[in-house]
Amino acid sequence: MFGATRPARSAHGQDGSALIQAEALGLERGGRTILDRVSLSVSGGQVVVVIGPNGAGKTSLLRILLGLWQPSSGRIIRAPRMRIGYMPQHVQVDPILPLSVRRFLTLRHRASEARLREQMRKVGVPQLLDAPIQTLSGGEMQRVLLARALIGEPDLLVLDEPAQGVDVVGQGEVFDLIDRLRRDTGCGVLMVSHELHLVMAAADVVVCINQHVCCTGRPEEVSRHPEYQRLFPDAGAQGIGIYTHNHDHVHDLAGGAKPVSGVSGKADHAR
Amino acid sequence: MLDDFVTRAIVAGLMVAVVAGPLGAFMVWRRMAYFGDTVSHSALLGVALGFLLGMNLNLLVTLVCVMVAVILVFLQRRQELASDTLLGILAHSALSLGLVAVAFVEGLRVDLMAYLFGDILAVTRGDLVAIAIGGGVALVLLILLWRPLLAITVHEELARVEGVPVLPVRLGLMLLIALVIASAMQVVGVLLITALMIIPAATARRFARTPEQMALFGAGFGVLAVLGGIWGSFTHDTPTGPSIVVAAMLAFVVLNFVPWPGARRRRGP
Repeated sequence: MFGATRPARSAHGQDGSALIQAEALGLERGGRTILDRVSLSVSGGQVVVVIGPNGAGKTSLLRILLGLWQPSSGRIIRAPRMRIGYMPQHVQVDPILPLSVRRFLTLRHRASEARLREQMRKVGVPQLLDAPIQTLSGGEMQRVLLARALIGEPDLLVLDEPAQGVDVVGQGEVFDLIDRLRRDTGCGVLMVSHELHLVMAAADVVVCINQHVCCTGRPEEVSRHPEYQRLFPDAGAQGIGIYTHNHDHVHDLAGGAKPVSGVSGKADHAR
Repeated sequence: MLDDFVTRAIVAGLMVAVVAGPLGAFMVWRRMAYFGDTVSHSALLGVALGFLLGMNLNLLVTLVCVMVAVILVFLQRRQELASDTLLGILAHSALSLGLVAVAFVEGLRVDLMAYLFGDILAVTRGDLVAIAIGGGVALVLLILLWRPLLAITVHEELARVEGVPVLPVRLGLMLLIALVIASAMQVVGVLLITALMIIPAATARRFARTPEQMALFGAGFGVLAVLGGIWGSFTHDTPTGPSIVVAAMLAFVVLNFVPWPGARRRRGP
């Protein structure tokens, strides 16, 4: 779809101009308002996280931004020739289809052997390149999905619940990985997540939506916002409960926001 | 050489098997077995229309199958009825409509059995040309569509975001299925066409490590089924179309349930 030659990445976003900008997006489905005047933008090197309760329209918003759905109102401005790398929430390949990880990675973008190995090394599973894709665990599959999103050298990485189906330790690793990739490649990151505590640590900007944008800003601002606290009344305690288990984790923003409470262990086991 | 009716039957069968196998792999991967059944059942409607309008049967069968396939895709998208309910309604309605339509064509005494179960031994040189054209176009289309089709089979949304033109590719697949059905109708008949696509591909799964291997092995098993079926039909005086399907089924059973040295386990976790 995109041409063979591409401008240097610095042409996109790094100077502060947006890679993608959504203006007053609205979506109506069957008479119901799913999204109401939602605006956001992502620049190069920036991590923007959309959070919100179930049914808030997070996934709908992502689909519109990806161009899978048409909004009922509003508009989207994309930087010219911008490449999107998309990591869907869940990919399951039926065992009837014989497919190695190598083939999966190159379904759309052909890539050299060296590049394939490099990507697999980056996401931490170099030994799986020739494994049948059906034999991967949940966490391995997330990493391979991330590798596939990166194969096309994206300017913007769009992630739908990147830590879905991954255990607590694995979640921290996935977010660490995303953070490192962002710094290494300078791409913009837009992600949807409900793993609030981890997201808070990784994000530059948090957009909290519930049909409309409730509040937006830096993570520590949003976590103190009354709208946010109304939507996620027990987010603080739960977040820290899980967070204390990631001893080697480098991000401490979410953890630092609230004191560790006694319910943390219970909250963890309940999940 | 093509003067011999057995030779013509074998050539026709081989041409159909070579394209039905690889296409069958896609139908297996995309869980389209019942979809294929529904579309092939509507082929009889094309036959009736062809007689009514006095036009080329293969052409009309292809047209009707494409139309039914496209309508099906759009109905499935509405999701008001479960997919299997919808297909269950349409498969049998299409077949019955075809049978009724054939009865309406005045002065026509067609051998229904030939259309339902195939009449490969009656294949003429003209039929061979038609099958070669239809099958050839289908094969070229399949090769052209292979990569994008594989991408949307694994994950349609991901493929779309990565720039695969999903709608044209899916319409291409519909055209492919219709072309193969029109070509295969004379070999195994509208009721058994799906078997010639699905069974060889399913047989091939165990031996394949890549999608391409599965497609090629599927074509190979299809060829074996055609040869075995024609031979069995010839030596035991059985109906040829069903004999081909029985041969395919035997290969599937023997190769999948008999322990086979060197065969790879295929189950995922």
